[in-house]
Amino acid sequence: MKKCKLAILLFLGVIPNIISAQEKITTDNWLSSPGIIGTFVLIAIVMIIAIVILFVKLNAYIDNMKRRQVDRNRMAFDDELVAMDEGDIDAILEKRKAALKYKLKGDELSGDNLASDDKGLIHRFEKDPNNAFFDEKKKTSLGLETPLELKKIVIYYIGAAAFWLVLGTLIGQYLGMKFLWPEMDSQSWLAFGRLRPVHTNMVFWGWSSMAMIGLGYFVIARTSNNKIYNYSWAWHAWKLINATIILGTLFLMAGINNGGGEYREYIWPVMLLFAIGLIITFVNFYKTVATRKISEIYISNWFILAALIWTIVLSIIGYLPFYQDGLGETVIQGYYMHQGVGMWFMTFTLGLVYYYLPSTLNKPIYSYSLGVLAFWTQMLFYTMIGTHHFVFSPLPWWLQTIAIVFSAGMVIPVVAGTTNFFMTMKGSWNHISKSYVLPFFLVGTVFYFVGSMQGSLQAFRFTNFVWHFTDFNVAHSHMTMYGIIAFFLWACIYAILPKLTGKEPAQVFVGAHFWLAFIGLFAYMISLMAGGTYKGLSWIDGEPFIESVILMKPYWIWRAVGGTLMFASHLVFAYNFYYMVKGYSKTKTSIKVEEITV
Amino acid sequence: MLNFHKEHKNLVLTAGGVFIALSTLIAIIPAFQMQETEPIPDEKPLTANEREGLEIYVSENCMACHTQQVRNIEMDNMWGNRPSIPSDYYYSKKRLDIWRQSPSILGSERTGPDLTNIGKRQPSEDWHLLHLYNPRAVVSASVMPSYPWLFEEVDSSSVGKDDKVVAVPRGFLKNPNKKIVASNDALRLVDYLKYLKQTELPGDNVDDFIPALKKIQADRVAGGNQEGGFDGGKLFSQVCAACHQETGKGVVGAFPSLVGSAIVNDENSEKLIRIVIQGYDARTDYGVMPGFGDQLNDAEIAAILTHERSSWGNDAPPVTADDVAKIRQYVEMELNK
Repeated sequence: MKKCKLAILLFLGVIPNIISAQEKITTDNWLSSPGIIGTFVLIAIVMIIAIVILFVKLNAYIDNMKRRQVDRNRMAFDDELVAMDEGDIDAILEKRKAALKYKLKGDELSGDNLASDDKGLIHRFEKDPNNAFFDEKKKTSLGLETPLELKKIVIYYIGAAAFWLVLGTLIGQYLGMKFLWPEMDSQSWLAFGRLRPVHTNMVFWGWSSMAMIGLGYFVIARTSNNKIYNYSWAWHAWKLINATIILGTLFLMAGINNGGGEYREYIWPVMLLFAIGLIITFVNFYKTVATRKISEIYISNWFILAALIWTIVLSIIGYLPFYQDGLGETVIQGYYMHQGVGMWFMTFTLGLVYYYLPSTLNKPIYSYSLGVLAFWTQMLFYTMIGTHHFVFSPLPWWLQTIAIVFSAGMVIPVVAGTTNFFMTMKGSWNHISKSYVLPFFLVGTVFYFVGSMQGSLQAFRFTNFVWHFTDFNVAHSHMTMYGIIAFFLWACIYAILPKLTGKEPAQVFVGAHFWLAFIGLFAYMISLMAGGTYKGLSWIDGEPFIESVILMKPYWIWRAVGGTLMFASHLVFAYNFYYMVKGYSKTKTSIKVEEITV
Repeated sequence: MLNFHKEHKNLVLTAGGVFIALSTLIAIIPAFQMQETEPIPDEKPLTANEREGLEIYVSENCMACHTQQVRNIEMDNMWGNRPSIPSDYYYSKKRLDIWRQSPSILGSERTGPDLTNIGKRQPSEDWHLLHLYNPRAVVSASVMPSYPWLFEEVDSSSVGKDDKVVAVPRGFLKNPNKKIVASNDALRLVDYLKYLKQTELPGDNVDDFIPALKKIQADRVAGGNQEGGFDGGKLFSQVCAACHQETGKGVVGAFPSLVGSAIVNDENSEKLIRIVIQGYDARTDYGVMPGFGDQLNDAEIAAILTHERSSWGNDAPPVTADDVAKIRQYVEMELNK
């Protein structure tokens, strides 16, 4: 409710801004402009939530320390006894003996037998269970009976995703360093212009898309209480999507791109493979849902099926040539790049969260109707806002205005979604201290609210005036694609893989992944937001352009530091993934599908 | 009726159908409308060479860092004399070939300067070539990549007479005994960059093309009539420092120093003004200086020259707009003869 009020307040604060867009813009009061204040507030929210998580963690740790202190006191007492004179001890014992005179015999409740665990209830025996640095958390209750074929598909999709994540962010990291050392190499195929789309496309289509589809297979089968319609189709799609990324990357590095429109840099014969992969996946999912064993279609499947159908339509519209000469291409570019994020990544991932979040907490989703509301408003509002990437451009003013107005409308699906997730989490906050799955979901949800609202604020004309074309955009896209999508995907992966394979990674490593990724992202985004704002102000003041390059240097250093932390967290994630799936097929599995259906 | 909760077919068809309908309204129809533009009367189509250059521009993905759109907001005024309009893109935004679509040259980030008017702002081929070979040779704080693969390193003896040798300062040569020759790709790319100039809108008919421009046009005319008030230092940074550097020292082997220069410090400023208006190509050891007479007005030239003559230890009397106007008249008379 608080969040809701806050959003409404922000929204109201911003309306006058749209209306007064025609007024002369000055930089004198830039700090008090609603868009900027709104962004500060939003970032503060993330900060506060991070501090809360940290506090809960610290609290658990301090409790642990206290317990250890008690143990230590006890041991000190023992030592004291050992060190005592024999005479003193005898005296004390004599006294005690007298006191015990009236004691019962003492052996009524015990026997002569040795302790033994005949039923095999004790799994592991440790003498020193306390790790001084990391809190070992409760293990997931393991073992979910899933057909081996499905397991294999989920694991291979996520495996490919993890590979593209590590490689894609390594490239991203390299690109970030090029801002500091532009002469790092002089190879044409490693040049910044060619490598940048390699990074973006690889993490989009390789990491996020593969992970989403893999996690989606499990959701579709599980919530339809059914087995996947055709397993071998899943493998065809897997090969096609991987082939897309390999071929696309090679073409881009060779200097062959589709004209440089963001996220459609792959030429159409390459992207066609991806589209076919999506169509196969869609048919497979659709047929599975169509033959489901329960009458209702679970809300996750709404989102997942719609994401697939929307993205298929989107890639066709994005690549058809008939209306793409002149600024027609620019209209389509704004539409395509925004829908790519909104209709594909965001929609699909929300579908995943509607299943994995409640199932992790072992409770139903808070409100099914809110989910339905979020679904339809996602479709109505998100579709209209692409042109906000071209505010003040030569595109028609009415098209820009529609985009800005509907960007504000995005409050509805976003608030509906975040409310739903938070209310589902409510009452289960103790999970934060027990496992890292909920912290991942929590950060994802907070960024869903913050990142989306910040994006809406950025669409307004004044904020656009300051931030457009600056590094602020890069910060925003990482806040959303990484803060929302990647954190949600990791939450889902850590929620489901241990249940499929029976192996849970050490919480030390999951924790390391979480904190490295979170702190890295924060450093990345704050530095570029601050730098981007100063850059925009420098432009407004009409300083020579090179000044804005020079002033960015310290912020680029911090961006590279943040990027390094993020990349390190991906290495930890890759190790955790390896640990979870190593030898998965040998663990007891595979009950016939008939047996698990009710 | 539709019962989305139980009828998967209705759900998928509705979601897909509404999305297609909305997409048609917000993207396809406006896109069709936007491509129905005609060129501005004076707008020049790209020559074959310039088109080849555009292809290099696309294949190196220069759009990742450079925009080509002057927005209708004041800060973009430094990138062009008027906001960009759809017709500006008539020739350059066409489908490249069967594999590649119309290039996204408008861009979404300005890590480097906007290039809408780069051909006017920076008409020197030598500057462009050296800048592509190593941007830090001319702009020391630049973070732009070098493009050495657009150049060849050859022995001085094997330089052909048609080869374009780039004047690279010694510090930036890997091998001081070799010469750097621009490849065909580099020359074509520079052709394209020099092609990038904002086409003037026909003065009286402006309203017929884009009525929204009226106010901006009127403001500009009003602003143009004001005398003086130009910041010579700022103008120097924007126009001249790319070659002659902020320090005025130039780049040895490429662009001459203005510090202590006899021409700059000459009591009689005629030659200096002439060079700025007409350009200069008298010294083989330096690149060619293009003329700036079309780009800068008299007051602007006067402000820049006054700045040059009083900075970095230079000490010569200021130049007035009238001086410049006088020389401009001579130059025009000579040309007419």
